[in-house]
This record gives sequence, C-alpha cells and structure tokens, in this order.
Amino acid sequence: MSGILASVVDGVLVGSIYGLAAMGLTLIWGVMRVINLAHGAIIVLGMFLLYFLATAAGFPIYGAIPVAIGIGFVFGVALYWIAVHRVIGQPELMSLLATFAVNMILIGLGTALWSTSPYNVPVRVPGLRVAGYTFTGTHILAAVIAAVIAGALYLLVYHTRIGKAIRAVASNRDAAELVGIPSAQILSLAFGVGVALASVSGTLIATLFPFTVLSGEAYQLKSFVVTVLGGLGNPAGALLGGVALGLIEGLTTPFMPVDWVPVVEFALFVLCLITFPRGIFAFTKA
Amino acid sequence: MTVLLEVTRLNKRFGGVQAVNDVSFAVDEGQIIGLIGPNGAGKSTVFNLINGISEPDLGQVVFGGRDITGRPAYRIARAGLARAHQIVQPLHGLSVLDNCVVGACFGRENLALPQAQEIAREVADRLGLGDRLELPASALTTAGKKRLELARALAARPRLLLLDEVLAGLNPTETDRMIETVQRIRASGVTILMIEHIMRAVMSLSDRIIVLNLGSKLAEGSPQQIANDPTVIAAYLGDSKLIH
Amino acid sequence: MKLVWRRPFPWIITVVALAFALVPYVTNDVQLRESLILAAVYIVLASNLNLMIGYAGYVNFGNIVFFGLGGYFCLFMVNAWRWNVLSASLASGVIVSALALLFGLGILRLRGAFFALATIGVNAAIQQLVTNFEPWGGATGIYLSLDAYGPLGGPRQALWTVYLLVVAATLASLLSSYAIKRSKFGLGLLAIGQNESAAAVLGVPTPLYKALAYSVSAFLPAVVGGLYFYKTGIIEPSGAFSLSLSIEAIVMVMLGGQGTVIGPALGAFLYEEMRRFLLTAAAFSNFQLVIAGALLLTIVLFVPGGLMGFVYRRWPRTQKALE
Repeated sequence: MSGILASVVDGVLVGSIYGLAAMGLTLIWGVMRVINLAHGAIIVLGMFLLYFLATAAGFPIYGAIPVAIGIGFVFGVALYWIAVHRVIGQPELMSLLATFAVNMILIGLGTALWSTSPYNVPVRVPGLRVAGYTFTGTHILAAVIAAVIAGALYLLVYHTRIGKAIRAVASNRDAAELVGIPSAQILSLAFGVGVALASVSGTLIATLFPFTVLSGEAYQLKSFVVTVLGGLGNPAGALLGGVALGLIEGLTTPFMPVDWVPVVEFALFVLCLITFPRGIFAFTKA
Repeated sequence: MTVLLEVTRLNKRFGGVQAVNDVSFAVDEGQIIGLIGPNGAGKSTVFNLINGISEPDLGQVVFGGRDITGRPAYRIARAGLARAHQIVQPLHGLSVLDNCVVGACFGRENLALPQAQEIAREVADRLGLGDRLELPASALTTAGKKRLELARALAARPRLLLLDEVLAGLNPTETDRMIETVQRIRASGVTILMIEHIMRAVMSLSDRIIVLNLGSKLAEGSPQQIANDPTVIAAYLGDSKLIH
Repeated sequence: MKLVWRRPFPWIITVVALAFALVPYVTNDVQLRESLILAAVYIVLASNLNLMIGYAGYVNFGNIVFFGLGGYFCLFMVNAWRWNVLSASLASGVIVSALALLFGLGILRLRGAFFALATIGVNAAIQQLVTNFEPWGGATGIYLSLDAYGPLGGPRQALWTVYLLVVAATLASLLSSYAIKRSKFGLGLLAIGQNESAAAVLGVPTPLYKALAYSVSAFLPAVVGGLYFYKTGIIEPSGAFSLSLSIEAIVMVMLGGQGTVIGPALGAFLYEEMRRFLLTAAAFSNFQLVIAGALLLTIVLFVPGGLMGFVYRRWPRTQKALE
C-alpha cells in the first residue's frame, strides 16, 4: 500500500519536470499560436548538453542548469528568426511543417553525431528517508529546481516590463505594435524562453534517467498530454498538468510493460482533447 | 405576415462579461430589420448565437418553425440562413466564381455542381463581379471582397440573410450602390436582418429597428420611433443628462 | 465522370501511365521495373496524402499506417486464407478505409496540430498492437511461402503482374485526385482547407467531409501496401509503419506542390530520384533525414506552393492543361 504512495510521490516529483517542459510548449502556443514540433529535439539537446558539459568538460552537474537555460534561450531566438518568423501569419499548416522540419534536421544531425545508443550521466545526490522509504535525491533536487525555474518564469511574465510586453503581444499583436512594442523582437524572446524551458527540462531529465537521441519523442508526447490536461496557453495549468501526469504515471506504470506507456499516454491525450477541448484545468478562456 | 426568425431570451456570458442579456425579438418574412447599438452592445454576438458559431447559455432560436438553438453552423446554413460577415472571410485561394459556387452548392437547395455554377455566375454578375470571376479572391479590392461576401451568401438562396456591417469602409458612392443592392435583395424575396452603424442607411432601409445596449435590448420600433427615443439617443451619446 | 474525360489532363496521365507500364514489360528490364515500382508506390502515397494536406488542409503525419495495415491484411488473407493477391489487396483497401472512416470521425474533431500529432499516435499505437498480435506474426511478421505466387504463375510472372497492378493503382490515384478536385466534394474540401469556419457557415458539412477525405485517402495506399508487401514477400512492424517514410511522403507532397493534382506525383518522382542519388553518394541514412528536413523547411519558408505552385504562378496558362 505505502509502496504505491511512494510511487505516487515520486511521480509527482518527476511530473514537475514534465510540467516545466510543457510550460515551454504552452508558452509558445499562447503567445504566437505556433506549436513547436521541434520541442522533443530540444529536450534531447538539453540532455546532451549535460552529458558533454559533465563528462567532457568536467562541469559540475547542477552548474549545467543555467548554461542550459542560456544556450537554450539563444538557440530559441535564432530558431525563431530562421524558421518561424516567416510563417507566423500563415495557415497553421505552415508553422507545423516548419517546426517539424527543424525537428527532422536536429534529430538527423543528432543521430549522425551520436547514434541511437543510450547515454547516461551518473549523478550522486543523497536521498531522503521518510517513513522507511528512500526518495531519490536526484528526483527531489530536480523537482525543486523545476519549481524554482517555474517561479522565475512567473516573475518574468508578470513582474517585468519584458513580461508585460510579451503578454501584450500575446493578447493583441497589432495593438502592441501601435503602442510602440517591437512585436517581432518580443515574439523571438518569447520563443527563446519557451525553448530555454524545453532545454533545461532535458538537462534535468538527464540527471534522472539514461537517454538516447530518440528519447525526445516520448517526452514531447508527455508535454502534449500535459498541455492538453492543463489547457492550451496556460503555464500554471501546465505545471499542474505535469504533476497530474506524473501522478498517473506513478500509479499505472508499475503495472504495465514499458512499451505500452506511450500508447496509453497517447490514448489519454486524444480522449482528453476530444472531451475537454479547453483543458481540464481551464483557468483561462480559450 | 409569418414569423421567419424568433429569438427568445438569449443569454451569453464570456468569463466576467454578460455579452447578451435576455434578448428577444422576432423577424417577419420579407422584412428588413435593423439591429443597432453602440460598440460592444452584443450585436455580433447575437448573430453568432443565431447562426451557430456560439451556443447560447440560455434561450432559444427558432427559424422557419424549427428550433435551431445550438445546432452546428453548417446545418443552420443548410436550413436557409446565410451570413455576410463584418470582417470579410473570402476563401483566398479559390476564384471569385468558386467562392460563390461553394455558397450555391452547400446552401439551402444543396445543388449539384453544374447548377450551382450557373446560379453562382448569375449572382456574381448581379453584384457586379461578372468581370472578375476567374480572379483569385485575394486579388479583389476591399469593396470587391465585400461584394463577394454578399454574393457568396446570396448564392446559397437563403430565406434569411444576416448582414453584418456590409457598409463599413465604403465611400459614399459605394454606400449608395450597396443600399440599392440591399433593397433589390429584399425585393427578390430574401428577409434581411442587418447590423449597421451608418444611420442614414439603417433609417432608410429598415422596416423596424432593434436597439441593443450593453447586451440588453433597449428599444424596438419603427425608424421614426427609434430616432426620437431619448433612451436610444442617450445610449449613443453616453450621458442621459445631455438631452435634458 | 464524363466531364473528366473532356479535358486534356486525364488523357495525358493515362498515356504516361501506359508508358510506365509497357516500357519495362516490353524490354523485360527488371531493374527499371524495380525502380519504377518504388516510384509508383511513392506517387500513390503522396497523391492520396495530398487529399488531406493539399485539399482539406490537415497534415496527416501518420499516413503510412494505411500502407502498413493494408499490407498486413492482404498478406494475412493470402497466407492464411489462400486468397489471390488482387482480391486480398482490394479487400484490404476496403477494410482500411472503413476503419479510417470510423477513426476519422473521432480524431478529425481535433484542430490542426493536435490532429497531426494524433495521426502519429495512431500509427505508433497500431504498430505497438501489431507487434503484440500473434496471428499476424507479432514482432517477426508474416512471411509468404513461394506457393503464394502460384496462382499468378510463379514468382517471376507474379512480379510482373503486381507491377502492372501497382501502375494501375497509380493511375487510379491521379485520376481520382483529379475527379475529386472537380467535384462538389472536392470543392467542399478546398473550402475547408482555405477557411474551415467560413466553410461551415457556408453550409459545407465539415465533420463528414473531413472524415470522408481521410477514408478515401486511405484506400489506394492500403491496396498498394498489399501489393507491395506481397511482392516483397515479407512484412514486419517497423518496416510497415515506418514513420520516416510517412514523413517523406509529406515532403514529396510539399516539394511537388500541395493542392495540385500533378504536383505530388512529380514531387514523389523527384524525391525518389534524389534519394537514390544520395544513398549512393552519402551512404548515411541519417543525413537523409537532415536533407529531407532542410528541403521541407526551404519549401515551407520560400516556395510554399512547391514546384507546380511556382510553375503555375509563373506560367498561368499551364494550369489549364495540367492541373
């Protein structure tokens, strides 16, 4: 019985990282109505970033976190100008294909460089013993860091001028331009933030589990499920949705072969979309 | 006079705003009814509730004796209700003619392609687009796009036509032409419910006028009655003390 | 239908298809036949995918599921029930499009990107199910014994027959794309692709039409899947439901010109040629994905109308003859 409780708590911890990743995805959607299909590939980049910093450069593991955020942000801004800027006003089809094409390029390069073998970053953090169960130190630390980053995002969006500009552009791009906000630049910043979130979640996941170039796909699917649970464009909902997914995983994966987990998540995703088009936690209007 | 459209106690709330508050009115067959009110009065929302874009929280919409409340938009169009939108939505990649053919094909009579093409050609001609049929819809001028919006709606041979600010953005000459066109449309047997801000048009065209303000129905009556109604004047001017 | 044959285009492609069919047959050139059959398969995949992407505006990322399922149903019927390949592949086509209609009614309620992802999920889920489905050989798949080719006069003769059937399916794909585009159904789809909510307000029955398009776009790929895997002699899950091939089909459609009739066929043909050249030159299948991605990105950003889109804009009169 309490084995399940431990599973659940652990699920919640890991789920907060899912939430962080999903926040990146949902932020980009909320601000510019683009679904970033390169999201999974960027998570993978975050994972490999940790690997190369930690093993090759001898970087302290958790020191890689701010690096992942920084590099992710810059990469995201560049990605916006290269692939997204031109397709913003066009039918959704185009931005889907553009970000998907970026995904193909990144995964293709990744496979060519690093093959599909598993990589692992050994991380030693003392665990926490509660009521006879040991909770993995890395899981706890990752969840705490995810919460801190989420908090920082909240501060950025709601308590800074840039955040205000982002919200203005998200709400009404033309009106924002009229009051002097350079909307394209703001969109690129927002995209950068979204990508940074994806990148750092990849880094955090790499502290917990081994990974391959192809792992991104599974995490991208989880991000989509979370986005749907929490409501499109709703970062707070994304965090909650992530925790919810972690909870569901904690309760079900002990009873299911690994291969089936994505299938079940996909089924959940489709069912949720069909029954709750605005997300289960629909805090904001669609 | 048979009642073609009857809306009863329509209500719609968006988050914290009651966009439409207990609105009821009826439109008789063959009439032109004007729907006016200051910006934000809920006029376009009422249209959305009628033609199936939004579902009312409360209330009923009965068209031609059938309850169409909350039905999908395409079924309502099939029942004979067409709409020309305020912000025009041409099918950009299709030709002017094809835009109208879509209207004719999927409208009330559910025509096959060859007949639809004939009707579409005829309607487009009548609305002055006959010389531009093969152009892609995106290549039209704003006035042209407005005419296309109207032609497309008419090609469906509707019983009731919802006109949403068809005169907006037109110069005086174009406005006069459009007023004439609206009269000709009614003469051909189409009932019209129109949202309009151009007062001289509304006054000259409408048999009756309904005034909305802040989501509620403020007044209803003939153009003369409405023009002299102090509450209506006050709503537009924003301050009732101004009229005393 | 009569209207279709009054225009030059159907005649042009029928003649080309006949040439496709007869040239290798008459010259008995097996290598040519093998490369043409692959091109033909790609053309079928791309032009049927075009119904969703180019007409209705919905990106079916997981389109390969029709091909794979068609292959499985057909090989099962040939192997276990001793059916001949023609009936088996046609029956597979019918079953897969019926399933697609059912599924389509559900997942086409999802908007743009979520539909796209859902189709990937459908493909992955079906692959997972098939891998665990013992009657279909599970992870090892189905192997055809040589006597499966008996009814067609032995393996060598069978391969020629299958080739002709595939070319027939290719011709059918192009002709049906053309006929649909000129029909009321096609007009409704195009309206949906331009602006779905405006189309609904105009009376286009969007849920039904989208589901029908999805179903129709499943039929010929399923048939050709049956024929192709029959020719190959084996089918197993990862080859049948290859997401890479699914994605390449999208690139082919975009390359040739989505929404046009000849575009996807041209795109498929060109892409196949390019791919063969690259495989001998670069010899890294990973770079294939990178190049396909770069190609797709370039097209989406700079030439969204693809090749035929460019041609039609530059020389508008060609559109009258070619579509």
